[in-house]
Amino acid sequence: MTPEAAPPAVDFWSMLFVFVLASFIGLGVIRRVSRLLHTPLMSITNAISAIAVVGSIIVAGADYPFRIRVLGAIALFASMTNIVSGFLITDRMLKMFKTERKPAGGEPS
Amino acid sequence: MSHAVVQLAYILSTALFIFALHWMNTPATARKGVYAGVAAMVVAVAVTWAQPEVVNHAWIIFPILAGFAVGIPLARVPLTAVPQRTALSHAFGGLAAGLVGTAKYYLWLSEGPENLTAFRMIAIIVEIILGYLTFTGSLMAAGKLQEVKWVPQRPVTYPLQNVINLALLGIAVALGIALTLHPAADWAPRLFPAIIALALLFGVLLIIPIGGADMPTVIAILNSYAGLSAVAMGFVLDNKLLITAGALDGSSGLILAIIMCKAMNRSFANVLFGAFGQVQQAQLTGEAKVYKAESIEGAAQVLEQANLVVVIPGYGMAVAQAQHRVRELYDQLKKRGITVKFAIHPVAGRMPGHMNVLLAEADIPYTDLVEMDAINPDMPQCDVALVVGANDVVNPAARTDKTSPIYGMPIIDADKARTVFAIKRSKNPGFAGIDNELYFSDRTWMLFGDAKNVIGELVKQLSGGSGMH
Repeated sequence: MTPEAAPPAVDFWSMLFVFVLASFIGLGVIRRVSRLLHTPLMSITNAISAIAVVGSIIVAGADYPFRIRVLGAIALFASMTNIVSGFLITDRMLKMFKTERKPAGGEPS
Repeated sequence: MSHAVVQLAYILSTALFIFALHWMNTPATARKGVYAGVAAMVVAVAVTWAQPEVVNHAWIIFPILAGFAVGIPLARVPLTAVPQRTALSHAFGGLAAGLVGTAKYYLWLSEGPENLTAFRMIAIIVEIILGYLTFTGSLMAAGKLQEVKWVPQRPVTYPLQNVINLALLGIAVALGIALTLHPAADWAPRLFPAIIALALLFGVLLIIPIGGADMPTVIAILNSYAGLSAVAMGFVLDNKLLITAGALDGSSGLILAIIMCKAMNRSFANVLFGAFGQVQQAQLTGEAKVYKAESIEGAAQVLEQANLVVVIPGYGMAVAQAQHRVRELYDQLKKRGITVKFAIHPVAGRMPGHMNVLLAEADIPYTDLVEMDAINPDMPQCDVALVVGANDVVNPAARTDKTSPIYGMPIIDADKARTVFAIKRSKNPGFAGIDNELYFSDRTWMLFGDAKNVIGELVKQLSGGSGMH
C-alpha cells in the first residue's frame, strides 16, 4: 500500500449503510437455518465473529509501542482460540447429524 | 499489496461467510458451510498479515500458535459441555474487542489525538463497554453452566438490583460521553480505565440474577453482544469486513434470543431483569397430591404394545448422561416396528439446539428429531410419551394456571398422550422450582430413579423379551 495519497476520510455513513444491510442479510439467512442446527450455528458464528483477528493482527504486528502490542497479542490469541475451536467443534457436531439408511432430505421442518 | 487487492479479498471473505451461514439451513449442506467459513477466515488473515505495516511477525505467530494450543482442546469437550464452551468463546470474543479498542485509544492518544474524532470515540466507547461486559458476563455464564464452586447456581438477588445495575451502566455511558467530548484531556487516560472497570463489573452483575433455566436466552444475547462488539471494532478501524461479519453474528444471536424468548413466552427485559426461578412457589393447594409409580416390567410391557412412542428429553437426560441408553431403547422399539419420535422443545437443554446435538451424538437420526410445533398435533395419537429429564417444558400449568411463573409458555402436549411415563430422579420440583401437574395426571406413571439406570433397565427388559420372537 503506497502512502502517496492520504487515506480517504473515514466515511461514517457508508459504514452505517454496510452495517444495516449486513444485519438484514444476517436476519434473512439465519432465519432459514434449520432448528436442528442451532447449536452448531452458534459455534460457527462464534468463529465468524472472531474476524476481530483482523484488527488484532494489525495492533500486534505493527510497529507500535510495546504495551499496545501486548494488548494486540492477547486479543489475537483470544480471537485465534475462537476461530480454531469454533470451526473444529462445529464440524465435529455436524458430522454427527445422520439420516441413517433413510432417503436424504427428509428433514423435519 | 494494494488497497484494492485487500478490499477485494475482504469482499470475497464476506461472501464466503454469508454462504457459510446459508449452507447451515439443512444438515445435508452444513459441513460445506464450515469449509466456506474456514476459507473466508484464511483469506482474511493472510491478506491482513501481508499488509506492509505488519512487521513484527513473531508477535503474530506466537499468539496464533497459542490460539491453536488452547482452541483444539476446547473443541474436544464433551457435548454436554458445549454451552459453557460457547459462553467461554463469547468471553474471548468480547475480550478481543475490548483489548483492541483499548489499544487503539491509547495509541491514538499518544501518536495523534486528532485521530480521536467524536465518531471514533463513540465507536471506541461502544466497543469497550460491549466487549468488556460480554467478557465478564460470559465468564459468569460459563461458570454457572460448568457449576464452578464459587459461582452461585441459583439466581442472586439484592434490593434495588436493577436500579443499581442500570445506574452503573449509566455512569459508564456518562463517562464515555465526557471522554467523547474531551478525548485528549489530562484526565482522559485515567477516566478510560474507569469505564473498563464499570463495564467489567456490569457484566458480572448482569448475569448473577439469572438462573439455569434462562441460560439458552442469555447465551444467545451474549452471542449477539459479542457480534456487536466486533461491529464496533469495525467502525473504529474503518474495516467493513469486521462490520459485516460482526453484523452476521449479532443478528444470529438476536434471532436465537427471540426464538428462546418466544418459546418461554417472556420478553428480553423479563429474562435479563426478572430473576426467574428465584421465587420458589410455595403454593399449597391443600389437596394431597400422589404420584403413581410404575415398575420397569410394567412400563416395558406398555411400551411394547405401542404404535407411536414420543420421547421428550430435557436437560436432566444430559445430566444423567442417558442419551446412549435412550438410543438403545430407540433401537429396541424400532426393531418391533414401533414409530419413535423425539419431541424437542426450543429451550430444552442449556443452549439453543442443545438436545439435537446430544441426540445426534448418540446416533439417533435427525429425521426423528421433531420440533415442538410439528409434534404437538400428533400427541393425541401418541400411545406413550416418555419424559426423560424434562419438566417445565411438559408442565400443563403453562396452559391453565395463571399464577404459575411459566404461564403462557408453549409446551409439548405430553398430557394428551394415552400414557405418560415420566422418569424422575427424586420427588423434588425441577430447576425452576415449579410443581408439575403432569405427574399427578391419571394417565401418568412415574418411573423413579436415575434416567440412565431406568432406561437401561427398560432396555434390558425389552431385549430379554425379544429373544423369544
